Amino acid sequence: MAPILEVLDLRVAYHSPSAGRTTALAGVSFSVEAGEILGVLGESGSGKSSLATALLRMLHPNGSILDGSVRFEGKDLLSASQDELLKIRGARISLIFQEPGLALHPAMRVRDQVGEVVRAHERLSARERRRKTDELLETIFPSGASRISASYPHELSGGQRQRVLLAQAIACGPAVLIADEPTASLDPTTQKEILELLRRLRRELGLTLVLITHNPALLAGFADRILVLYAGAVAEWGPAQEVLSRPLHPYTEALLDCLPARSETGARKMRLPVIAGDAPDMTLPFDGCRFEPRCPARMGVCREREPGPTRAGAAHSVSCFKFGG
Amino acid sequence: MTALDSLSFTVAAGSTLAIVGESGSGKSTLALCLACLERPTAGRIEFGGRELTALREPELRAVRPQIQLVFQDPAGSLNPRLTALEIVSEPLMVQGKLTSAERGARARGLLERVGLSPGMAGRAPAEFSGGQRQRLAIARALAIEPRLLILDEALSALDASVQAQIANLLLDLQDSSGFAYVFITHDLRMAARVADAIAVLERGRIVEQGAAEQIVRHPEHAATRALVAATLRFEPPRERAGG
Repeated sequence: MAPILEVLDLRVAYHSPSAGRTTALAGVSFSVEAGEILGVLGESGSGKSSLATALLRMLHPNGSILDGSVRFEGKDLLSASQDELLKIRGARISLIFQEPGLALHPAMRVRDQVGEVVRAHERLSARERRRKTDELLETIFPSGASRISASYPHELSGGQRQRVLLAQAIACGPAVLIADEPTASLDPTTQKEILELLRRLRRELGLTLVLITHNPALLAGFADRILVLYAGAVAEWGPAQEVLSRPLHPYTEALLDCLPARSETGARKMRLPVIAGDAPDMTLPFDGCRFEPRCPARMGVCREREPGPTRAGAAHSVSCFKFGG
Repeated sequence: MTALDSLSFTVAAGSTLAIVGESGSGKSTLALCLACLERPTAGRIEFGGRELTALREPELRAVRPQIQLVFQDPAGSLNPRLTALEIVSEPLMVQGKLTSAERGARARGLLERVGLSPGMAGRAPAEFSGGQRQRLAIARALAIEPRLLILDEALSALDASVQAQIANLLLDLQDSSGFAYVFITHDLRMAARVADAIAVLERGRIVEQGAAEQIVRHPEHAATRALVAATLRFEPPRERAGG
């Protein structure tokens, strides 16, 4: 099966008068199959949010795409015209962010905000638009849709606001939904509800999902495959189950080790394992592996050149000299 | 509206009590009451044998320095125009006990203690990562030698690897200086890891409290069980492919 989204050697950098050039993505390649849930796992500075916005060419004004290609349904989005892009953004590929409070208009009722998205993409009569809006809200809010519909954002909880954004995101029947930390500001119970909703939307609408998060626990039992980003490069990419239970890259391994395990409650007040040091300074060029300064398994070769992706399983690849590099 | 209803709990000197609850459970109101920034409508709060709730404003001013708060978003609580060194020495200046040279020396010592290198002392908050900013906020909270630190979702906004670093720092500081912590969080796992005791807050009431391990292993109240169930089922791998 041909992938629905294919990213090749994507390079993104930001420019600022004070810091000069900061690399955000240093040649990222992966693909997403239709109907799959791809989890993109990365910590601050890994480039995960730059990835979300670069795919639709919506980078911050001081950011630019230096190289690479993003193929969606066979079309290269990086060379597409503005008109072509407008037909894809929101309509074929939707994007939702972490802070639902910031993305909603504070003085508009929910139905008007969702209706506005419908109007931007489809020519419908006012009555048809209203009916479509109601249907969307009923899909997202199985109970209480009419009350939510008449509410203003401040009358809603964080979870409800995130659901309103989802209603907007699916308004035009997109093929792909990119969700950047959609649950980061929510309680555990609400997080779980949003994940369940995303899973239902995938099933009912045949959505392909790219879920971007810093939290590995969120991807367990949810994502089909996981792409691990470190300092703007892909550390590891493989089936979720394999990546989480038998991580290959020393960074993935160290990251998973940092999480407090439930089975270890007996080890109360014991120190947690940590990754020594800080993430690298992205204004500097790299000679070797990006993780080398913090890596417990570093070797001589790791400082000399950068490891490329190596196959380490049927659908698993890792960029580390331990596995050939 | 009642934010907190008939809460009773104690925090032993040098120990950690985790207050666990979801948004709207009253966690942050509780933090403000404990820090004497909000007055409860009824009830007593005693600190080191003194009844805080009976004190007048001038007397409270003498107590407040002993109770410090660290918030979730360090960026929002650090003055963007000051350097790290100035941020940490400011509480000392307000206190007015030390000379400028003494303040500088003390502030440098604090930065080192939370793991910020001397070279970072002249940087502004914007030049630090999220984890480094939270270290800075902790250094500032420690400046005037408090006895109690209230940590209101102090780890929640940080990456997993940085959460582990800061949690370890808090445990080290408690070991060496005997601070008591009130660790407010929605993360039951982390609470179980850093606290001696856990109190579960639901709609302004403590529905269950006890030893941390007891609460996590044998939750009794429905709210606690819901929190345990909502904790995403994921165990970090303990067996390695690469050895």
